[in-house]
Amino acid sequence: MGKKVLMKGNEAIGEAAILAGCRAYFCYPITPQTEVAEYLARRMPEVGGTFLQGESEVAVSYMLFGAGGAGVKVFTSSSSPGISLMAEGMSYIATAELPIVLINVMRNGPGLGGILPAQADYFQATKGAGHGDYHFIVLAPSSVQEAVDLIVKSFDMAEKYSNPVMLVADGMIGQMMEPVELPTFDEPPSPYVKGHEKWATTGAKGRERNLVKTLFLNPHEGQDHNVKLQTKYKEIEANEIAFEEIDTDGDLDVLLVSFGTMARVCKTAMESLKAEGVKVGMLRPISLWPFPLQRIRDLADKTKLVVSVELSMGQMVEDVERAVQGKTPVGFFGRAGGIVPTPDEVKDGILNLMKES
Amino acid sequence: MPRVTIEKDRCKGCSLCVEACPQQVLEMSLDINVKGYFYARPVRAHHCIGCRVCAITCPDVAIEVAVHGTLYHYFDY
Amino acid sequence: MATTVFKRPESMSTNITHYCPGCTHGIVHRLVGEVLDELGLRERAIGIAPVGCSVLCYNYFNIDFQESAHGRAPAMATGIKRTRPDTIVFTYQGDGDLASIGTNELIHAANRGERITTVFVNNAIYGMTGGQMAPTTMPGQVTTTCPMGRDVQTMGHPLRVSEMLATLKTPSYIARVAVHKPSYVIEAKRALKKAFQYQVEGRCYSLVEFLSTCPTNWAMTPSQSTKWLEDTMLPYYPLGEFKTPDEEE
Repeated sequence: MGKKVLMKGNEAIGEAAILAGCRAYFCYPITPQTEVAEYLARRMPEVGGTFLQGESEVAVSYMLFGAGGAGVKVFTSSSSPGISLMAEGMSYIATAELPIVLINVMRNGPGLGGILPAQADYFQATKGAGHGDYHFIVLAPSSVQEAVDLIVKSFDMAEKYSNPVMLVADGMIGQMMEPVELPTFDEPPSPYVKGHEKWATTGAKGRERNLVKTLFLNPHEGQDHNVKLQTKYKEIEANEIAFEEIDTDGDLDVLLVSFGTMARVCKTAMESLKAEGVKVGMLRPISLWPFPLQRIRDLADKTKLVVSVELSMGQMVEDVERAVQGKTPVGFFGRAGGIVPTPDEVKDGILNLMKES
Repeated sequence: MPRVTIEKDRCKGCSLCVEACPQQVLEMSLDINVKGYFYARPVRAHHCIGCRVCAITCPDVAIEVAVHGTLYHYFDY
Repeated sequence: MATTVFKRPESMSTNITHYCPGCTHGIVHRLVGEVLDELGLRERAIGIAPVGCSVLCYNYFNIDFQESAHGRAPAMATGIKRTRPDTIVFTYQGDGDLASIGTNELIHAANRGERITTVFVNNAIYGMTGGQMAPTTMPGQVTTTCPMGRDVQTMGHPLRVSEMLATLKTPSYIARVAVHKPSYVIEAKRALKKAFQYQVEGRCYSLVEFLSTCPTNWAMTPSQSTKWLEDTMLPYYPLGEFKTPDEEE
């Protein structure tokens, strides 16, 4: 690792993409992620990369497709309404199995909503924003450092699985400054995706032509492609579930499940709950898809109550319920509109839920 | 002498070549090809001047033109 | 010793197209193939297929291809060309794809001066979905979604894409040609060759609009379609070069 520097989340996100070897970034301005674009507008030319501000998020999603289909490591950042517009291209990108990476610095919705932090795009990210049976790998950092590390990891995962990876941060992570150690490499990562010669469109010189497509008019061909995707998703589910556990040893009164910025607030709230004698632990999913279903299921056995704490009106809680399978009561605590609750509010909310259950 | 070759099973019977030919070399057949179309065929091959107009107008790249000796260039293509 | 003076270009595959009898897509495909051959671009070329009748056009070429969503081909081409500047990138788009759902991507790719070429096939109707009204549909023309004929009072007049793009300042090559008769096809090929040549020279965005026929959805024979194009479309969509890069330099 390199030396520790103080960086704004959005700028660190941009630098991380460059460190991961990415030399192509397409974007459209939207708060609260615009600093990623502004940072890379300066940085990409310095490293000989491509920076382009597209005419819309819709267009950007196809610029990603084009560049990804040409075998280059490509990146974009956007925020909730922008991701909705990109959703059109996402279905195509996932179908064509293009290894692109993008980050959603989530703001509050629905609609234009506002520009404050939220986690209400959980469904959109993990259940598929576009049409058809597909999955992005979805990772949720809870600090600027983790955002940097996960972006570097995302390019590797995208390449390994030929699958798009989406990071979901929130306005808090994008906007705050934190000390980060930027990763260093003995050999700088390639700007090209490994093995792209087999499938990418680069001009059919000395080989059979390559075709990047998503149309499968023959129903059997269409089903085969779906089965192929699902097989890959199963492999990702087997290998890539990531989470952090805090104080989950022994029996618990309550298990919190929370990610991103909300999980950091929960960490502080846990201290107050413990001070009041509550046996509280937390599981923080880092991979939202694949979701740590089995681990939550196991922890539910020794917990009186599971609470999903989110910056939304209750989205991840559905997956938590799916994990717990009715073994243990599941509660929800959340805030919307861009409000990040204080640790005390979370503590009171949890205590109320414990009383009710 | 120029020679027009029409790949009969590529032809979809649109007859654009028949109408385009300045020498009335081509005609539509009375029998059908593998796709069920009446196809174009050269019937007055000796009238052909190798101008390529039939091939240029064919939407299905079904026509090849060959010439013996020097082709008179009526136009660049 | 016979010399072949006309045959299938190397850049095309031997597959038989799925297009209807008399549909001029096939001619435009062949022109693209011939131009790629003649300029020696087969091994550098990347095509982008649209949504519409020509969605499967990659089946008829022997070059790298990506398949786009409706109207987004110019954005996809931008992504490729910006990251692979040594390739020759072209989009192949119909009038529903390009002139309706894809106008935003088209105009901005042109206005940024992306070094790509757009092959625009304008047959005044949506073909693949079964003959619906397009922005390019002629006044009074009957389609399945304007069964009484296009009413310009409610649907406006047909969109003249080439003229519209020619108003942009960014140097571009914008030309309209037709392919309904051999003499027009010969001219069309010249324009397309120029468009690709400009891209090879890294000079500008280029678009060639091909006035084309759709006998099936126009409910005409191929021969009648040719006449209809000439009588109805040609007066409204004049042929010619609307913009050349030389004007700007």
